[in-house]
Amino acid sequence: MPSLIDLMLEGRSVQQHSPWPRVAVDASVWTFAASELAQGRWSLLGLWGELSTVHMAIMDGHTAEIATVSLDCPDHSYPSVGKHHPPALRLERAIFDLFGLSAEGSTDSRPWLDHNNWGVRFPLGDRIDALSQSSPYRFLPAEGDSLHQIAVGPVHAGIIEPGHFRFTASGETVVRLEERLGYTHKGIEGLMIGASVERAAQLAGRVSGDSTVAYAFAFSRAAEAALQLVVPDRAIWLRALLAEFERLANHLGDIGAICNDASFALMQAHCGVLRESVLRASNAAFGHRLMRDIVVPGGVTHDLNGDGTAIIRAALANIRRRFPALVELYDNTASLQDRTVDTGVLKPTLARQYAAGGYVGRASGRSFDARRTLAYPPYDSLHFEVPVLTEGDVNARVWIRVREVEQSLSLIDQILDRLPEGSIGTRVAHRPEPREGMAIVEGFRGDVLIWLRLQDGRVERCHLRDPSWFQWPLLEAAIEGNIVADFPLCNKSFNCSYSGQDL
Amino acid sequence: MSDILVQGVQMLLVLLLAPLLTGFVRKIKARLLRRQGASVIQPYRDLLRLLRKEVVLADNASWLFRVTPYVTFAAIWVAAALVPTFATGLLFNWTADLIAIVALLGSARFFLALAGMDVGTSFGGIGSSREVMIAALAEPAMLLFVFCIALVAGSTQLSTVANFIASSYVGLRVSLGMAMIALIMVALAENARIPVDNPATHLELTMVHEAMVLEYSGRHLAMIEFGASLKLLLYISLIACVFLPWKIAVFGTGPLSYAIGAVAYLVKLTTAGFFLALFETATAKMRVFRVPQFLGAALMLGLLGTLLLFVSKSF
Repeated sequence: MPSLIDLMLEGRSVQQHSPWPRVAVDASVWTFAASELAQGRWSLLGLWGELSTVHMAIMDGHTAEIATVSLDCPDHSYPSVGKHHPPALRLERAIFDLFGLSAEGSTDSRPWLDHNNWGVRFPLGDRIDALSQSSPYRFLPAEGDSLHQIAVGPVHAGIIEPGHFRFTASGETVVRLEERLGYTHKGIEGLMIGASVERAAQLAGRVSGDSTVAYAFAFSRAAEAALQLVVPDRAIWLRALLAEFERLANHLGDIGAICNDASFALMQAHCGVLRESVLRASNAAFGHRLMRDIVVPGGVTHDLNGDGTAIIRAALANIRRRFPALVELYDNTASLQDRTVDTGVLKPTLARQYAAGGYVGRASGRSFDARRTLAYPPYDSLHFEVPVLTEGDVNARVWIRVREVEQSLSLIDQILDRLPEGSIGTRVAHRPEPREGMAIVEGFRGDVLIWLRLQDGRVERCHLRDPSWFQWPLLEAAIEGNIVADFPLCNKSFNCSYSGQDL
Repeated sequence: MSDILVQGVQMLLVLLLAPLLTGFVRKIKARLLRRQGASVIQPYRDLLRLLRKEVVLADNASWLFRVTPYVTFAAIWVAAALVPTFATGLLFNWTADLIAIVALLGSARFFLALAGMDVGTSFGGIGSSREVMIAALAEPAMLLFVFCIALVAGSTQLSTVANFIASSYVGLRVSLGMAMIALIMVALAENARIPVDNPATHLELTMVHEAMVLEYSGRHLAMIEFGASLKLLLYISLIACVFLPWKIAVFGTGPLSYAIGAVAYLVKLTTAGFFLALFETATAKMRVFRVPQFLGAALMLGLLGTLLLFVSKSF
């Protein structure tokens, strides 16, 4: 079995890329890598474009080695990865919409992010005028007797993000679900180009509001890797504290919201109270409820004082006192269990194929957690467990969250106990030559990947890959064979980001 | 003359109390969830607001879509006028019996289900098909409850039933207990309450009743909402009148016993509203395909109650 190292020897290694290598390869190595992905030997971490280059980040699941391969495509086309490995399909469609680089031999050439409302085509590549009239989006067909279609969204009845879902159902049973996303495209990768590092960090924190710490954390780590910055210990530990606090708030909110989608509002009411207590504690300790713009390249902007520590400890004690009763309520309410158990089962093989991160992967037997597998500081010196279940149903995804809440509580305690003294930031020294960095940080949803190239204090190119890219397609698979009325429950248990994947 | 007056009072009373009951149940649910909740008179404000708003109609909406809100409201109101609330033996009580009430509610739903499909949106269709599926199971269960009661009381006239049950020589009866549970289950399903439907949901894919009326707006929606409130009141009145008829006034006994009957009725409504809120808070909604089992249980209870009465009149 070839290792990633062998692959690296095939190409020309790019200097100034850290911490993992990046190599420029030719089309044959690119295709070989794609076929290895399809064989399931490696997992796809990301696929993104540049003016006339495509990059693909790959991980070897056994050795946790990571590498990026790059292919020059001066004629604006490259061999399709999606042809061999379906998880790459949507990424390739996004690359085409943004850069105009087409995937040769791809099985799906429909647009993804571009709804023909931008006024231009290929906004990050060679811009050309938009098509005067767009052809309607072709949804994948489903054939059979007495099938009917249900179109839901992009505007929904609740206060949620926009996305279109096209169900083909036979009575109540879902035969096929197809998602149509891209409604919240904000052009963040376009805004990144040429932005100063400080502004780019703020932009990264605004990709997906509920993961603002994870994104700022990942961006900062990538920028620091590129610039070879050494961050003070205290800042590193504070970042982990912020990240765990964010995870805690989101998981608590999710557990309640999933139960609410089974019309069990009691859980949501109580979980909502707990989530709010976390948000208020972060407001008191860090000056912002969602802790936005606190993690920056070089360190953090807000130190934790004695009062803040006391407030956080009080919030933790409150959650420890009340959360177990809620878990018991969830576990003992038969009518609720009846809804969540065996609903929306995601098969472990699919989770592995799509390299699904976060609770989606871990509820289906994929034991990847960037905090453990990649062990970035300070998680390398903290004690925690990575819960893994194999059932893959809504119930399993709830339980992963419950266990992770418990782990986060313990992690925050450890961090508060061992928080080193010292400064909370270092000056960011810019380099005149182009330097590249990459970072993967575990957000509450899964692994956030950020790759960037900096030159002279400006961002040349920055790609932000939300974990939802590999979770949204799995939702389509998980709902198949379930009933239409169970979709909101399945969807909430996935809780993918619209904003993060639309960028 | 006083016949008409007392019947008129009853009809106005149900009209006035229906939104209050809905508001009360919502308030209790909110308090159970540790929320402040909207005021109990919020449903009145909502109705006024909807009445003042313009109606948005789909281009292809037919006359059926426009008349349905009024037809359903009228049918439910007439049905509600037939159920004794604070007094039995009112003018209309003798004109129609329990079976007529079932038929009135059935025709209200028939029109609503047709209207749901009229404009041809997918949600209206989903809602109508689910509603009809539920109705197809709830109505037989309801009729079995009617038979069970008729066998005990010897009549399907609600006034006769209430007077008979309130009389001293009806003790605890197994068949009546079964019939009561069956009726409560049917009432939960018919009123689109948890665990069959969720009246507060915003998830268009899980709705039943709400999906069916999704295309309605303005005064049409006001009539439908008002009708739904009235239906909830009707069912609680029905349960109270058949199974808990205590202190209900007999027609012609004078204003004092009417007043006592009215107070007793309010107490019954409050208690029922409270228990409804409590039950809804403690249960999750069931899967759509679990509803037949739920209503099947109601049907079996009604059947068992009826059969027991054939075994012996004393059950």
